[in-house]
Amino acid sequence: MTVEVWTFLFITLTFIVYLYIGWQSRVSESSGFYVAGQGVPAIANGAATAADWMSAASFISMAGLISFLGYDGSIYLLGWTGGYVLLALLLAPYLRKFGKYTVPDFVGDRYYSTTARIIAVICALFVSITYVAGQMRGVGIVFSRFLEVDVEVGVFIGMIIVAFFAVLGGMKGITWTQVAQYCVLIVAFLIPAIAISIKLTGWPVPQLGLVFSDIMPKLNQIQVDLGFSEYTQPFAHKSMLDMLFITIALMVGTAGLPHVIVRFYTVKNVRAARYSAGWALLFIAILYTTAPALATFARYNLIDSLHGKSIAEIHELDWATKWEATGLLGFDDKNGDGVIQMTNDTATSELAIDRDIIVLSTPEVAQLAPWVVALMAAGGLAAALSTAAGLLLVISSSIAHDIYFRLINPDADEKKRVLVGRIMVVAAVVVAGYFGVNPPGFVGEVVAFAFGLAAASFFPVILLGIFDRRANREGAIAGMIVGLGFTVFYIVGTTAQKIIPGVEEPFFGNWLFGISPQGIGTVGMMLNFAVSLVVSRLTPPPPAEVVAIIDSLRVPDHPGRAIILDEATE
Amino acid sequence: MKAKEKQHYWRQNMQVIGVLLSIWAIVSIGAGILFVEQLNAIHLGGLPLGFWMAQQGAIFVFVIIIFAYARIMDRIDAAHHATDDDEPEAPASDTE
Repeated sequence: MTVEVWTFLFITLTFIVYLYIGWQSRVSESSGFYVAGQGVPAIANGAATAADWMSAASFISMAGLISFLGYDGSIYLLGWTGGYVLLALLLAPYLRKFGKYTVPDFVGDRYYSTTARIIAVICALFVSITYVAGQMRGVGIVFSRFLEVDVEVGVFIGMIIVAFFAVLGGMKGITWTQVAQYCVLIVAFLIPAIAISIKLTGWPVPQLGLVFSDIMPKLNQIQVDLGFSEYTQPFAHKSMLDMLFITIALMVGTAGLPHVIVRFYTVKNVRAARYSAGWALLFIAILYTTAPALATFARYNLIDSLHGKSIAEIHELDWATKWEATGLLGFDDKNGDGVIQMTNDTATSELAIDRDIIVLSTPEVAQLAPWVVALMAAGGLAAALSTAAGLLLVISSSIAHDIYFRLINPDADEKKRVLVGRIMVVAAVVVAGYFGVNPPGFVGEVVAFAFGLAAASFFPVILLGIFDRRANREGAIAGMIVGLGFTVFYIVGTTAQKIIPGVEEPFFGNWLFGISPQGIGTVGMMLNFAVSLVVSRLTPPPPAEVVAIIDSLRVPDHPGRAIILDEATE
Repeated sequence: MKAKEKQHYWRQNMQVIGVLLSIWAIVSIGAGILFVEQLNAIHLGGLPLGFWMAQQGAIFVFVIIIFAYARIMDRIDAAHHATDDDEPEAPASDTE
């Protein structure tokens, strides 16, 4: 059977599973729709969180990114996992005890302010829409690359699938589908990684092969011979300070992303919230510790099999010929000596490698059967769809719950609330699909925005809301405005040529100690903390009933009962 | 739980968080970034130690930290009877 047939088979099969799960978990009440009835077991929520978190970018692009950055690629590994420690120790248990539906719920209730709630809703919408556009694009690309249909058709199919289980099952449907999607994506990622590890190092565990084989010394030597710095050389691409700020911004941003936080509202109790953060990170770590090993193996293999070979020799490699046809791998004998040479200067280097090829080409490089290539396609789709679904629910609940129910029509009954939620999911899917088909040219750049804004807004506001009893409405609003304002100003100013049409050059360079826009969320966060702490102490303290909320957050007793009472009063 | 016991519980919680977050910062920001060059003088198999910490070691420690926190808090919760798990031997009582 050809790769196309296998791909069609796997994708159809996995989609049937997702649809079946979506149908089985359909819900009728609003707690089921928004927080899966708060009955998700810790380990299942961990798997769902891992799938929710790991996007098409984690699955396809991250290993490639690391492969080109070497040591400096650690910003993504540390940043996107370290945030879960902050989440598990500082946010998740308390937000679960609070026990409402969304992040703006917490901000609005804790800071007794509609203004704070609206700012939080706007941030949640911006972060999630930014992020979801990239996911739908990822769905379209997987379809077009593996099944040779148009990107538009791919996006359309993806929209229908996500809409089906999100509309029917809300958070409950999304949760159980994400558990299935995690299984698909992790198997798809591990099989080729293990195969290439055995081929190059003899170790079946890539993490061990990386340490106990001589592949890294060999790669370092090749890098030096070609005029690059060693692969393990620190700070070859970014300064230490910049790496520090980017890593912290990604950590804190991860902990502050609404679609990740909201997953911890779905578990049974505070204890389950603590454990499920551990399970989530364990499941994420399986991919995140394999990716850097894969990055090393693939880079070594690519240079070793292509550099210094004649074009005829290269064309004997099936995978090289195949990926040359896709345009992701390019050979150009610029100096006409009949041999392909790789150098660290793109003007003279005769080898052009797209970073996505690092993951996508592994099955062929490791000479695996065609069905493994097909499995990769299903895995990439699982990663993109699961993340898209989680984001769509945040978009829908921001409007249906935080705006419609909380601000416009607090008397709405259960039926009406779920109905509005469902309509908003459909609306969000359409918006996401539109951006998937007509991607704004700056999707890559705005992801820095998503993390920067989450770091500069949600993280400090939630953290102070739990740990500082004196934090009040005035402090929170002032902190969010200053933190967000500064972060937006810096990112827009330094990347203006990419974001604003018609602008040729950035308004200013990385003037703040050379910190790049990716890392500026760390400074925004510090400003938010400073302003919140000071303003809170210069203005009246929060009212007694809010202090009572804070005290109850801190003790995990009987949250189940508290929620039942709360539902009855709503 | 009485007000005084709540305070005690919260202090214990803060101590645990403080210790675990220090370890978190040391392995990631410390070993992975600030002191990576010094650590790279030591080798773990074929890899410089600082590089290994940044791309592998710190992530393993993160997972351990989160499970350690959950286990330690289980014990502190039990000592304060603050557990909210409805296991058969400790049913959620109606009296607080």
